[in-house]
Amino acid sequence: MDTVTSLKNTKFFASQERVALRNCGIINPELIDEYIARDGYQALGKVLTTMSPEEVIDTVKRSGLRGRGGGGFPTGTKWEFASKSVNDVKYVCCNADEGDPGAFMDRSVLEGDPHAVIEAMTIAGYAIGAHQGYIYVRAEYPIAIKRLEIAIKQARDYGLLGKNIFESGFDFELELRLGSGAFVCGEETALMTSIEGNRGEPRPRPPFPAVKGLFGKPTILNNVETYANITTIILKGAEWFASMGTERSKGTKVFCVVGKIKNTGLVEIPMGTTLRDVIEEIGGGIPNGKKFKAAQTGGPSGGCIPASLIDTKIDYDNLISIGAMMGSGGLIVMDEDTCMVDIAKFFLDFTVDESCGKCTPCRIGTKRLLQMLEKITSGNATLEDLDKMEELCYYIKANSLCALGQTAPNPVLSTMRYFRDEYIAHVVDKKCPAGVCKKLLKYEVDEDHCKGCTACARVCPVNAISGEVKATHIIDQDKCIKCGACMDTCKFNAIEKK
Amino acid sequence: MKSLEELSALKAEALKKSNLGPDAATTRVVVGMATCGISAGATPVYEELIKQVAQKSPNIMVSQTGCIGICCMEPIVEVHEPGKEKVTYVFMTPEKVTKIVDQHLINNQVVEEYTIGAAQ
Repeated sequence: MDTVTSLKNTKFFASQERVALRNCGIINPELIDEYIARDGYQALGKVLTTMSPEEVIDTVKRSGLRGRGGGGFPTGTKWEFASKSVNDVKYVCCNADEGDPGAFMDRSVLEGDPHAVIEAMTIAGYAIGAHQGYIYVRAEYPIAIKRLEIAIKQARDYGLLGKNIFESGFDFELELRLGSGAFVCGEETALMTSIEGNRGEPRPRPPFPAVKGLFGKPTILNNVETYANITTIILKGAEWFASMGTERSKGTKVFCVVGKIKNTGLVEIPMGTTLRDVIEEIGGGIPNGKKFKAAQTGGPSGGCIPASLIDTKIDYDNLISIGAMMGSGGLIVMDEDTCMVDIAKFFLDFTVDESCGKCTPCRIGTKRLLQMLEKITSGNATLEDLDKMEELCYYIKANSLCALGQTAPNPVLSTMRYFRDEYIAHVVDKKCPAGVCKKLLKYEVDEDHCKGCTACARVCPVNAISGEVKATHIIDQDKCIKCGACMDTCKFNAIEKK
Repeated sequence: MKSLEELSALKAEALKKSNLGPDAATTRVVVGMATCGISAGATPVYEELIKQVAQKSPNIMVSQTGCIGICCMEPIVEVHEPGKEKVTYVFMTPEKVTKIVDQHLINNQVVEEYTIGAAQ
């Protein structure tokens, strides 16, 4: 068989559909001419010279595009609200404060095709009647920032930003604002508060940003990937975009496939592709012959999809109905060696760190939730604790001020829904079935296999193993720190993890 | 920018300059230089490629680009020859560049052992 020499002909690429990523990995992102060579700024030209703002909004509405940051709110409807808010000053914002663990979609778009976002934001400005835009990008993305700065300058030099663009009388300016790494600043009201120069904390809604947003003016805020779809929708038409996807989720979605998977990377698939296709075909399956256990979507706000639901078609509504969510596009694949209680603990640890502290349910609730999970993973919990924990989850969801708190219990609820047996094993049997939670682990020497070679005793960092040469060795459980060094060293598979 | 005509003229010129269109004049070689590529070591590969192409075949175009997609096989170099399917080289190192320049870019023979198919 001939060797496959092009990425295009691999299974990884074959079922992908590149809309938001159409220029990523093709053009030089630091040259505006290469963007223009690939039909760049044609959509802006078409909008400013031939379309009314109402027609633009109508096109976006008909395309069925929904917010790619994870919420899934219809983009055209959002623009329509802002366009109908009467005010002489309005703003267009872009949310590039990507913070979910394992997610890098926005970074890849900004690093690979920054002009796509600039052009789309200008179109959005025209549609709602705004003349100023802000891109809120996290400071941890230095390459994305550098390429955005270059792109904005080039667009200005070409007169594609600034005064009287395409001699239409429409003016638009764009500035960057750097976030300093607070996860909560990805929440829309906190993001705007941060742009205003204040501490990034959310505020209650309503009023919604479309009525009263940045600096108290009507504002739209969309995610990087949402903007990256706009120009193609304008050029190829709403019908073309709506022909891809499922009934209520149109177009494509970019995912970062990471974790226990062969082909880690950035993929863009039509909505409605099954999780099985993403993992087995595009992702190439699980390495080392392990079994697929679950996939986590939506980061700390999302939930997990267990192996039994691998044929789920990925779209906004299907994922919500099984207790997960689309999220911004992080897809963390887990195999049989992953402990689901430990995963829930990992995400809670993250939200406890990132809770801004403004409202009590989130600040104290997530901390208490984490403590309960720690109690479970150290083998001290009772079944009653599980019920209490569930109750606390619903309390935090119902009472938190912003989406960070409202969604923080999701990883716990969704793992409890699909992997309750694992929770019970931790609580009742004091065992971690995946062998991850250290406090529940025990290393023991198998008498039948031990040859008394002393290799384990020599490698143990805390001298917990004793025994004569050629006699069965013993591990002192009080001293053992469960590092696993003995198990890795033993040539006779005589050490068992229980 | 004043009109769509001006933009179209610019596009025609840009297509020529970038060798991105179907009737590109010369081979375009790109290196994935997003965070994923750079962290895997794309910068020395890119520099070596520029140096060797300038010495041996200066009419070939070398450019940086964004994330090509399959991050786990970075650094990636892709060769786009006019009228041919592109060739994807993965797990690139500066040492591998010499063979790709000599054998593929100059003598038109794909270095199969470095391609994505050989890595899978």
